[in-house]
Amino acid sequence: MAKSLFDKVWDAHLVHHDGDDCLIYIDRHLIHEVTTPQAFSGLKEKNRKVRRPDKTFATMDHSISTRSLAIDACGPTNALQLRTLAENCQENGIEIYPVGHQKQGIIHVIAPELGLILPGMTVVCGDSHTATHGAFGALAFGIGTSQVEHVFASQTLKQGKSKSMKVQVDGKLGLGVTAKDIILAIIGKIGHAGATAHVIEYCGSAIEALTMEERMTICNMTIEAGAKAGLIAPDQNTIDYLQGREKAPTGADWDAAVAYWQTLKSDEGAHFDTEVSLKAEDIKPQVTWGTNPGQVVAVDELVPTPESMPNDVEKTSCINALKYMDLKAGQKLSDISVNNVFIGSCTNSRIEDLRAAAKVAGLGHVAAGVTAIVVPGSGQVKLQAEAEGLDKIFIDAGFEWRLPGCSMCLGMNDDILQPGDRCASTSNRNFEGRQGRGARTHLVSPAMAAAAAIHGRFVDVRQLGEA
Amino acid sequence: MAGINLHSGTAVPLDIANVDTDQIIPKQFLTAVTRKGYGKHLFHDWRYLDLHEQEPNPDFALNKPEYKNASILLTRQNFGCGSSREHAPWSLADYGFSAVIAPSFADIFYANSVNNQFLPICLTNAEVDALFAAVKADPQTQIDLNLTEQSVSCDGQTYHFDIDPVHKNAMIKGLDAIGLTLELDSHIGAYESKMPAWIA
Ligand code: SF4
Repeated sequence: MAKSLFDKVWDAHLVHHDGDDCLIYIDRHLIHEVTTPQAFSGLKEKNRKVRRPDKTFATMDHSISTRSLAIDACGPTNALQLRTLAENCQENGIEIYPVGHQKQGIIHVIAPELGLILPGMTVVCGDSHTATHGAFGALAFGIGTSQVEHVFASQTLKQGKSKSMKVQVDGKLGLGVTAKDIILAIIGKIGHAGATAHVIEYCGSAIEALTMEERMTICNMTIEAGAKAGLIAPDQNTIDYLQGREKAPTGADWDAAVAYWQTLKSDEGAHFDTEVSLKAEDIKPQVTWGTNPGQVVAVDELVPTPESMPNDVEKTSCINALKYMDLKAGQKLSDISVNNVFIGSCTNSRIEDLRAAAKVAGLGHVAAGVTAIVVPGSGQVKLQAEAEGLDKIFIDAGFEWRLPGCSMCLGMNDDILQPGDRCASTSNRNFEGRQGRGARTHLVSPAMAAAAAIHGRFVDVRQLGEA
Repeated sequence: MAGINLHSGTAVPLDIANVDTDQIIPKQFLTAVTRKGYGKHLFHDWRYLDLHEQEPNPDFALNKPEYKNASILLTRQNFGCGSSREHAPWSLADYGFSAVIAPSFADIFYANSVNNQFLPICLTNAEVDALFAAVKADPQTQIDLNLTEQSVSCDGQTYHFDIDPVHKNAMIKGLDAIGLTLELDSHIGAYESKMPAWIA
């Protein structure tokens, strides 16, 4: 029977099954400070050990300062959480990249960088954006703390198999249109819960043309469409990205791995429960107007009216969102001014993102009254950017250049917005209060965010010529 | 953990779709290292007018006197979307809810709830509409949940809900999921011994 990529990875990880109740093996367990302390204490209470510390990797990213390397910089509660992680890792023999380590950073940025994520693996983390790693053809998904404890103890998870969805994007992207715009357009099309209970496979010529970093941006926001995971079949780009990375296999192991990876694609005629397609040519730079990522339009469109919504529930959501966002139906997006810009997060904080933003930043200066910060995703991204002089471009243009971390994506540190602030953000969630109570978030690509910083309002990067 | 099977109580209507985990329990409360004590922060931004949780927002459903003792949360589609934080079901349970009824749930929230014996019940839109109408007409409307029967009874009507038999069994018995998996240790060991070198 023809198998999909998802079927192949799933079947290769079945340890045991009892009807539909499957036990699957986990190859990589990524952990951070926020969702693990209770799992470690649960283990301890039951006198259990971490079964495979060698498959478990930790970093500090959520609760840390982006201005200081001091662990106490964000207060005693954050510091306790960070120290608890460090102690738990030490006790259990888990490799950790703590604050100040050159390779520290957002977990979903550093894991691929280190070569920890390989095609055909299963990857979990107590973090919904684990979906990022699907870019490598790995089955990667977020789990809760009870499941983190389960993986610690057994290196497995009990799972029912999700349904499958194929999202095909063919054609060539226009100038100034990015991977972020593709995924926002997909979410806009299928809705914020459009892929609930599904694993998505992204395919088509526009996806194949993307770099690994762009593919990570796409898979990262899979969860914003409600899906459990997003996959992209590995190809030469994937192999080239991985070769020579610190934790990637070498020698005969590498050859065996590559031979296997080449089989990791959906067979002709593989079954998908749902299929969706988009034309790359139709996708324009996107801006969210509401309070969930499905509430998105192209930059040259108008803020929609509640009456245009397909049903009463969406209509109510639209009315609530317009109220929270302080926007009017029918308003032009280019008339919306911002006073904050955030370039960062596991969606868009990699070197290619910073290059794209710097290219636009170099065209001008941050507008009066706008605070703009750039937060590289990892120590390695930061070093690379500095080697290329991007930090200088940003600083000269009036942006702040920060230390790596999650930062204003969720504001568990002091990078938070005030009530009424409006932010053009390259992150992944525009929920009410996400970046600060009463603050308003618009999700955009790095180039669009940089352009908004310079103009103090949303502008179409396609009209900047340079972008 | 104690299991859950039968529950009777009143419900509070939270008439909002796509309630995300940032609303259920905002990030500033995720810095704790324990599983307890999140209930007072539940729906913080909506529930309180101030940052210090001294001034309840009188317009928010949970603060209305008629819904004060509700133990079932009634809400709309895609409840619990967003992050994987298990603090979401922890805070709902800690507040005093035993179950949440909605037309659909986000996957991770659903799994987290099951793992905490916090019952997520999925009914059709029409059934949820009927419950909203009943609870708004009379906040003291009694709702009876029966996990064994997979039923929700209210106002003389009984609605059936689906649940994975594995989840159902685990919730009723309050099973230790990890303990059960560790009984399969020999299978896990056998799997590990066959892994190719590049991934082992
Ligand atoms: S950058 Fe944002 S979305 Fe990504 S892991 Fe950190 S907090 Fe989560």
